[in-house]
Amino acid sequence: MSARRRRRAAAEQEEEEEEEEEAAEAGSDKEVDLEERLRELDLRSDSDIPDVPPPTDSTPEILKRALSGLSARWKNWWIRGILSLAMISGFFLIIYLGSFMLMLLVLSIQVKCYHEIITIGYRVYHSYDLPWFRSLSWYFLLCVNYFFYGETVADYFATFVQRREQLQFLIRYHRFISFALYLTGFCMFVLSLVKKHYRLQFYMFAWTHVTLLITVTQSHLVIQNLFEGMIWFLVPISSVICNDITAYIFGFFFGRTPLIKLSPKKTWEGFIGGFFSTVVFGFIFSYFLAQHQYFVCPVEYNSETNRFVTECEPSELFQMKMYSVPPLLQAVLGWETVNMYPFQMHSFALSTFASLIGPFGGFFASGFKRAFKIKDFADTIPGHGGIMDRFDCQYLMATFVHVYITSFIRGPNPSKLLKQLLILQPEQQLSVYKTLKSHLVEKGILQPSLRG
Amino acid sequence: LQESESENKLDGETASDSESKSDFGGLSPVPTSDDTPEVLNRALSNLSSRWKNWWVRGILTLAMITFFFIIIYLGPMVLMTIVMCVQIKCFHEIITIGYNVYHSYDLPWFRTLSWYFLLCVNYFFYGETVTDYFFTLVQREEPLRILSKYHRFISFALYLTGFCMFVLSLVKKHYRLQFYMFGWTHVTLLIVVTQSHLIIHNLFEGMIWFIVPISCVICNDIMAYMFGFFFGRTPLIKLSPKKTWEGFIGGFFSTVLFGLLLSYVMSGYRCFTCPVEFNNDTNSFTVDCEPSELFQLQEYNIPVVLQSVVGWKTVRMYPFQIHSIALSTFASLIGPFGGFFASGFKRAFKIKDFANTIPGHGGIMDRFDCQYLMATFVNVYIASFIRGPNPSKLIQQFLTLRPDQQLHIFNTLKAHLVDRGILGSLEDA
Repeated sequence: MSARRRRRAAAEQEEEEEEEEEAAEAGSDKEVDLEERLRELDLRSDSDIPDVPPPTDSTPEILKRALSGLSARWKNWWIRGILSLAMISGFFLIIYLGSFMLMLLVLSIQVKCYHEIITIGYRVYHSYDLPWFRSLSWYFLLCVNYFFYGETVADYFATFVQRREQLQFLIRYHRFISFALYLTGFCMFVLSLVKKHYRLQFYMFAWTHVTLLITVTQSHLVIQNLFEGMIWFLVPISSVICNDITAYIFGFFFGRTPLIKLSPKKTWEGFIGGFFSTVVFGFIFSYFLAQHQYFVCPVEYNSETNRFVTECEPSELFQMKMYSVPPLLQAVLGWETVNMYPFQMHSFALSTFASLIGPFGGFFASGFKRAFKIKDFADTIPGHGGIMDRFDCQYLMATFVHVYITSFIRGPNPSKLLKQLLILQPEQQLSVYKTLKSHLVEKGILQPSLRG
Repeated sequence: LQESESENKLDGETASDSESKSDFGGLSPVPTSDDTPEVLNRALSNLSSRWKNWWVRGILTLAMITFFFIIIYLGPMVLMTIVMCVQIKCFHEIITIGYNVYHSYDLPWFRTLSWYFLLCVNYFFYGETVTDYFFTLVQREEPLRILSKYHRFISFALYLTGFCMFVLSLVKKHYRLQFYMFGWTHVTLLIVVTQSHLIIHNLFEGMIWFIVPISCVICNDIMAYMFGFFFGRTPLIKLSPKKTWEGFIGGFFSTVLFGLLLSYVMSGYRCFTCPVEFNNDTNSFTVDCEPSELFQLQEYNIPVVLQSVVGWKTVRMYPFQIHSIALSTFASLIGPFGGFFASGFKRAFKIKDFANTIPGHGGIMDRFDCQYLMATFVNVYIASFIRGPNPSKLIQQFLTLRPDQQLHIFNTLKAHLVDRGILGSLEDA
């Protein structure tokens, strides 16, 4: 019943839209008010931001009973607090379980975020009934994931892959296979275009692709950061979470000046307080993490034991050095030199980005929610909304950390380089070998051996 | 009854602009605005409108093909510039459609932001490719060296600036429109910019990898049109009622044949088959090399089936011609899907053509819609089947590694070479 009403509403809206467009083509309405044109794109009138009805309450019964005596404001505070603690504990547990579990976690979060955003698209465009579309969206997600996992993960599992013939074939022609899979999806989309629903289908196609661009590429950057060393995964994520929490707390207690019209609850006091606390937190947290090999070493796959190992000689980033304190701070702190890890300097950059630019990801998500008039992305987490609500600031952070690492920290990936060397033609390999050898001898890294 | 009527209008197609009404060779498409130059108009004034349209299209087609030959003659640098211009024009056309659809000319900042994002993404891509090909030039000039070393970081910072400007420009009443335009811009960038860069990559591999695919798509377009014009009867797909199975199949066979012939002619010339390189001394592009084995004539045995038909036992061909069969097949079978996609897009947004730039043909995007899939396919094909990674690029990357990593790689490579017998175990440089 409601489906038919929805269709009728959509039909009426489309009819209205079409009439307006025909009038527009008659060339008369350059002067028409912008709001009137906007009306045709919305299903309800889109003037001021309406007070949306509260979402369905998914708080578990037990919490509700425990908190039944408190006022609504404190009750909400407690629910959010308890769930925050629960999520943070879950996070620690997974870290303890190791890199592989973290990878799985990142993958599940990616799939859930994708699902949430796509579901919003379905709701906005009332396109549940579009033929094929749900299958195609999931198919594209699969293709893009296959492509990315093949590119990154194959490098890390190089020794594992060398042993198996079928995997070798898949790796060698990986790009071609991924492209063929994607093309199949593309052709299926073109063949599925139905006369009455062209525009909707194109919208959903674009929606799917933008979502893929946002969620999938960045979750793979997160995994690449993880492989660089768990500290590069933990410190950025914790900085963003810390910034969220401390900005909220500072805003709660001291907040007075609104920050941006998009998110009226954010205040300048919260923003600045969050910035300073996050920098201090990042600094201290990196100090603790930098001491343990488990966090600092690049993740490698040991083909003998068939598991991930994090064991290495810590790079110079993670070895204590003496730094002279600049005269300005000397007076404040009273020390002349301080022992720090070089990584802590990098953590300044990471925390600064998390506090200053990370919130723009949050504003973007807020704008998106207002644009499509939803309160939260979904109702997965009681008191917090959907998974996407928690991770909206993380995405910019992940890309930043990846770009930071490739620009300032490490060079190219050695195993990937090796893999490419092994694909070359024999004559090319020989010439490369000779060039490398002369270079190494020149730098004294290789002793010139017996000449035959 | 009411509902079914309104449902008929759901996709916005009115009876008048629906192409399903016109026969394949009957009515000519209603011209939106007549861009034809006066000269042509006068010359063709006494012909019927059907033949007039045919002549206009024909003359413009010849003009475009001649233009194409001229720029090939002028060399790789001009080609790169032309690809860049085409890309910008396509981007402009698609964005303009977005503005028209969403009536969003008046959105604050948006036009500036769209062009800014175009600039950022182009900067990123050109930086990545230019660094590889102009490596020695870049290393010599100090500012260029720093730009290339921190290239990703700089590009990301530029993009972020645009992103933050977008967030700050969100205006209360226009959120949804602004997000739509943001999404529209990004999808357009994804389609137009990435693929124009793939075309340039293909070009650097050797001009033949640029010319043969583009010519195959053009040939398929023209041949399918001709076959459809003279023999067309069975409609191919509801999206484009003018396409027919006869045109499709006829186009396929002619394109394969055309590809074979064109590759045969082009493989003989070094200026087409050699990779484009930048010569540091003369500061210009050169195409001079020893042709790879792809471009050296070889004897092939004709399969028994064809022997009776053709009458020869063996044939001398370039190996590249075998690849050209793959390229032409893709151009004829999958390339049209790009065209259907563009047709669906035009129907969805109720436009006849992307723009009116070329008389009789529509906009630049109309001519290039099938090319995009082709460019990506050729790039993937080359990367998978033709060339491996670029050795000089690998050496550059090697030189940036740490000494212990370099040693590890060197030893592994050595062990691999010894293993394969390419290097004797005691042999030295």
